[in-house]
Amino acid sequence: MMTNPVGRITQGQFSYLPELTDAEISLQVQYGLNKGYAWSVEYTDDPHPRNTYWEMFGLPMFELRDAAGVLMEVNNCRKTFPQHYIRLMAFDSTRGVETIVMSFIVNRPEREPGFALVRQETHGRTIRYTVRPYATDRPESERGSR
Amino acid sequence: MAAPLYQIPGQTASTAESATTEAAAAGTAVADPLQSARTVEEVLAQSQVSAVMDELDRDLIGLAPVKGRIRDIAALLVIDKLRMNLGLQAQAPSLHMSFIGNPGTGKTTVALRMAQILHRLGYVRKGHLIAVTRDDLVGQYIGHTAPKTKEVLKKAMGGVLFIDEAYYLYRPENERDYGQEAIEILLQVMENQRDDLVVILAGYKDRMDAFFRSNPGMSSRVAHHLDFPDYQPRELEEIAQRMLQSMHYRLSDSAIAAVHEYIPLRMQQAHFANARSIRNALDRARLRQANRLFAQKGRQLTRDELMTIEGEDIRASRVFT
Ligand SMILES: Nc1ncnc2c1ncn2[C@@H]1O[C@H](COP(=O)(O)OP(=O)(O)O)[C@@H](O)[C@H]1O
Repeated sequence: MMTNPVGRITQGQFSYLPELTDAEISLQVQYGLNKGYAWSVEYTDDPHPRNTYWEMFGLPMFELRDAAGVLMEVNNCRKTFPQHYIRLMAFDSTRGVETIVMSFIVNRPEREPGFALVRQETHGRTIRYTVRPYATDRPESERGSR
Repeated sequence: MAAPLYQIPGQTASTAESATTEAAAAGTAVADPLQSARTVEEVLAQSQVSAVMDELDRDLIGLAPVKGRIRDIAALLVIDKLRMNLGLQAQAPSLHMSFIGNPGTGKTTVALRMAQILHRLGYVRKGHLIAVTRDDLVGQYIGHTAPKTKEVLKKAMGGVLFIDEAYYLYRPENERDYGQEAIEILLQVMENQRDDLVVILAGYKDRMDAFFRSNPGMSSRVAHHLDFPDYQPRELEEIAQRMLQSMHYRLSDSAIAAVHEYIPLRMQQAHFANARSIRNALDRARLRQANRLFAQKGRQLTRDELMTIEGEDIRASRVFT
């Protein structure tokens, strides 16, 4: 049975919605800026749900006033990594919060092959299950191009 | 329940809601009353731009040609706004400017007001001013400049980027100078992101002219050139009075006479920087006044004495020696 026939990974906010347009991304970013959050751009080609730390694309952006600045960085990252997952994260530096408060995907590869279910037979009749993304089948240097 | 601020793509919404989303998506403020304006008066009233213009007239002494040009530009922007509202004009006009004049002639001060005017008329979304020089844009080694320039651009988005002494970006004597890279990134943003950012280049006249001559790309993207004349001695006196007033000081009669003599003398000296030199001179005079009062330890000082700068405080300047 296919539970997710299109294979889209669903991580962070809005991931069950159709792709956000740039204008919609800008609205979200501006909302965060108005609250004083610092945005940062991150990318990865490994969509495994436990892969929490993605690569940073530049430093988090402090002291920005307008969403156009953040979008500029997103587009930069899209140009550099068109076939990667790219996400935006908002950091709230309020004392005692000091954590990521928003996170959503703004770019994904054209083809999302999904995950394989791996069964590992251990002692007795026990079976351990895990998932493995097809996207990481090949060595890092050979991914992306196909 | 309150209507959601955010519309889910593809969802069928009431027309009113989708209209706001469209306005927001176009990058302008939600439900912009400016967009329905049909008369000059409506634009002026809704944008409250007149208030900024009047303030500019009131707070800044002299600068008649600059004020005139700003009125012209504001008029053009108001009319463009009306034309855009009727669909006669699709693209925002190019608003990049150059402010040309000697140091201390009020370029930074006017740029701040300009940012407010552009913001009120809806030509920039936030209206803040980021003032930078070459050092903020150009890096020290290969690969350093682009991130630095972009860092500044990101902060300036939605407002005005003020580049003081812009000609230092271009060093013709060194063809591998990293300044060229910064110029190219700037040009690209000035052309492609007109709605997001207005750039003001400032500096001395002759060097700016040379800069524009050797960078035709830059020159063609700058729509308005404003010349800031040097101040007349009479204007500098007035500026001095105004500066003191705002700090709750005043000049005694003897001090007024001393300032009257001081200004022409100071103007002949090296490193004269118009209003900035006046500000510095006043700071030193305040220091001397404080010293003078400090010496009279036992006496109770009156409000008047604490406020007044005397002739001797001005005349102690080395300009008179
Ligand atoms: N017309 C003016 N009226 C009052 N103060 C002025 C005027 N022009 C300049 N100043 C003051 O002079 C100082 C220097 O001005 P600034 O705008 O920094 O000059 P520039 O950028 O041309 O070097 C500021 O403190 C400003 O308040």
